[in-house]
Amino acid sequence: MSDAILMRLRHALGDAAVEQDADGRPRAVPDSADGVAQVCGLAHEQGWRIRVEDRGTWMPADAPADLALSTSGLCRMVDVAPADLVATVEAGVSLGVFQRELDRQGAWIALDPPGRPERSIGSIVATGTAGPLRHGFGPVKDHILGGTIVTGDGRIIKAGGSVVKNVAGYDLTKLQVGGFGAFGVVTQLHLRLRARPAARATLLALGKRDVLTHQARALMAERLGAAAMELFAPAIAGEADWVLAIELVGTAESVADEVARATASGDLAWERADAERSAAFWHAAERAATGGAITFRLGVFADGLDEIIDLLAEHLDTELVSGGPGSGLLRWTGDATVEKLKTVRRLAAEREIPLTLERAPWPIRHAFGHYGAYREGVGALVSKLRSTFDPDPTFAVALEGIEHE
Amino acid sequence: MVVLPGSREECISVIRLLSTMGLPWVARGAGTGLSGGALADDDSVLVVLTRMNRILSVDPVRRRAVVEPGVVNARLSEAILPLGLHYAPDPSSQSACTLGGNVAENAGGPHCLKYGVTTNHVVELEVLLPNGNVVRLGCSQGDGWGPDLVGLFVGSEGMFGIALTITLRLTPIPPAIRTLLADFATVRAASEAVGSIIAAGIVPAALEMMDQACIVAVESSIYAAGYPVDAGAILLVEVDGWPAAVGAESAAVETLLTAAGARTIRAASSADERARLWQGRKKAFGAMGRIAPDLVVQDAVVPRSALPDVLEQILAIGRTYRLIVANVFHAGDGNLHPNICYDRRDADLSGRVQRAAREIMAVCVAAGGSITGEHGVGSDKLDYMPMIFDPESLSAMCAVRQAFDPEQRANPRKVVPVHHCNEWRRNPKARAAAGRNGHP
Repeated sequence: MSDAILMRLRHALGDAAVEQDADGRPRAVPDSADGVAQVCGLAHEQGWRIRVEDRGTWMPADAPADLALSTSGLCRMVDVAPADLVATVEAGVSLGVFQRELDRQGAWIALDPPGRPERSIGSIVATGTAGPLRHGFGPVKDHILGGTIVTGDGRIIKAGGSVVKNVAGYDLTKLQVGGFGAFGVVTQLHLRLRARPAARATLLALGKRDVLTHQARALMAERLGAAAMELFAPAIAGEADWVLAIELVGTAESVADEVARATASGDLAWERADAERSAAFWHAAERAATGGAITFRLGVFADGLDEIIDLLAEHLDTELVSGGPGSGLLRWTGDATVEKLKTVRRLAAEREIPLTLERAPWPIRHAFGHYGAYREGVGALVSKLRSTFDPDPTFAVALEGIEHE
Repeated sequence: MVVLPGSREECISVIRLLSTMGLPWVARGAGTGLSGGALADDDSVLVVLTRMNRILSVDPVRRRAVVEPGVVNARLSEAILPLGLHYAPDPSSQSACTLGGNVAENAGGPHCLKYGVTTNHVVELEVLLPNGNVVRLGCSQGDGWGPDLVGLFVGSEGMFGIALTITLRLTPIPPAIRTLLADFATVRAASEAVGSIIAAGIVPAALEMMDQACIVAVESSIYAAGYPVDAGAILLVEVDGWPAAVGAESAAVETLLTAAGARTIRAASSADERARLWQGRKKAFGAMGRIAPDLVVQDAVVPRSALPDVLEQILAIGRTYRLIVANVFHAGDGNLHPNICYDRRDADLSGRVQRAAREIMAVCVAAGGSITGEHGVGSDKLDYMPMIFDPESLSAMCAVRQAFDPEQRANPRKVVPVHHCNEWRRNPKARAAAGRNGHP
């Protein structure tokens, strides 16, 4: 069958846009939304299953499928408009390359997802993986203005727009952010930018975990205007104890003011990291989430952070745990069996805390699902929406897993 | 027929009854919307939610409030003021509009430049689907159980169901606020000042513009705010935060305003003066009633860098059609509100207004913009949707609506012009049916 698929793909896209992976599986590397639509339309017509891949730096490219569809050919920065604080990029553009171009033009995007800088923007959007900057700048969806989506049956859909405010029609981009590719392949995105901050400061404090979470809550109550406020397990920070890290951005005056307020609050001994130490710290924090085969996130309020970390300590481990007291998000990375993951998901659900599987090998994704069970009545909605964007379905994505709780 | 349920349970009973009877219905809050989104045809039942107006809970530590859909926007901020919190989205109609309506329209407001629009502040919804089932979408913490159905529901203009309870993110009241009024000789100079502020990396809490026609209307009304009536345009700029940062930021803004040609810059010296400056801005639509008995309020968005050229083109369109076009808008977002004052009893004038309104919209779309930034599509902008969405994309919207409301009884015939959808164009039976009953 692979030979037949290869032949059809080459006929549709040309030889240069089709290759084979290490297992001999056909891989299409289209360089346009039209090319992606051709692949999806063909697969839908022939009943082939597609695995969508980026560079494999986040989600393993291991879902069983008849062919792979790589977004690495969608690598153009279509438009960067610092004066309008918007940019249009194709989904395969890596965040690292994009950030460098923005920096050159005096702009910035407030996204610092876990993983390597080679991660594509499409991967970040599909998995909805925000980093510590979520504290001050919101989740991934807050940075997405619109985009182009190709459905499982090869339709090209435009959603949202390229201006910073827009309520024309239903906001279909919201389904794509954190949709794990179940609602189509994002080929192009319109992104919200910010001006590059004039000043930045990183503050680090070491201590016992409960002391740090207490101080983080105090700083939030005192309305510290932090861009990021994140608690890191010792192994992530490369320190002997837990670390509370604060990132402050803005004008020189506002950063100086916030540094003074943060360091004057409580009894923690704060270190103001120099530029080199700051860059190394945040870089290590981003990389930590690939230190194990599995990463998941939990939605947690600041006052529940300690309890849920205790729960993780009891049933998994806390070696690679980080959490934002203000962002409502705790991230765990490590290795675990499906049974243990299901136990944690069940215990979290009892506390009204959702668990989203962000990355894992296919057998885990397949059995456990990115979301697991939904609340009553929501599953039917998700199923209908999924069939709208991927009628048969064509994309190999395990949203719910095979065994719901 | 109009039904006014007074509780969650009554609302569920009403919608279940309408489902059993197969009747279409339109949910409505205070009816302050500006796109006809809550207008009901004769065959639809109007379900008015203003009696469901309780603030159910407020958690000041977690900064969350749970409200019923009929709570008036400003009432929530008033209620949580003693806690040092406020609800950030502040549409100009906030003294009357309801939070349920805000959710339906994804409402904005002047301070959304810094704080974001409604969708950025809604974390969880209890939704009554058109078939009478109740589902909970999202999660109070903000990271939900499954795909972002809260984000999809917000801005769906009442076509996916009714938000029975709404969990909102609350925002601390900034400790310091500085409000500046700058006046310019021309609209171009004022709009170039907007560009220079944004380009400098400053994000004011609000950055609003009014042109001379609008200034004169406000200053002639009971909402007079002390705006200079000889100015070509004014900017209202507000910065907030901690005192040191506000001082530095407002000084930087004043320098930029002066460099852009501001004739005078005045800072509000008291809370009362600030309130007066804002009242003029927020009541501007009402003040335009002095110019003519009727008003078309437009709502479009353009890239901020296109503001100077687009505003000149809008004024030129006004001249071509011999109309009074008054602009009052969220300049920092590029969210325009060209308002055309007229008298609907004059058929020729009404025709010119409609043609001018469409031309204005075309200019905004050609500049890379959108047909609505915060008022929604409703019935008013239905015909403009094909300007920015192709038939495939409109079809996808129809299909998404079907997932929530397969019988299409919730707020029928709004938002998506179905006769432009691919399915409809390919389906001769649908076209024939539309031809018989006059609309698709």
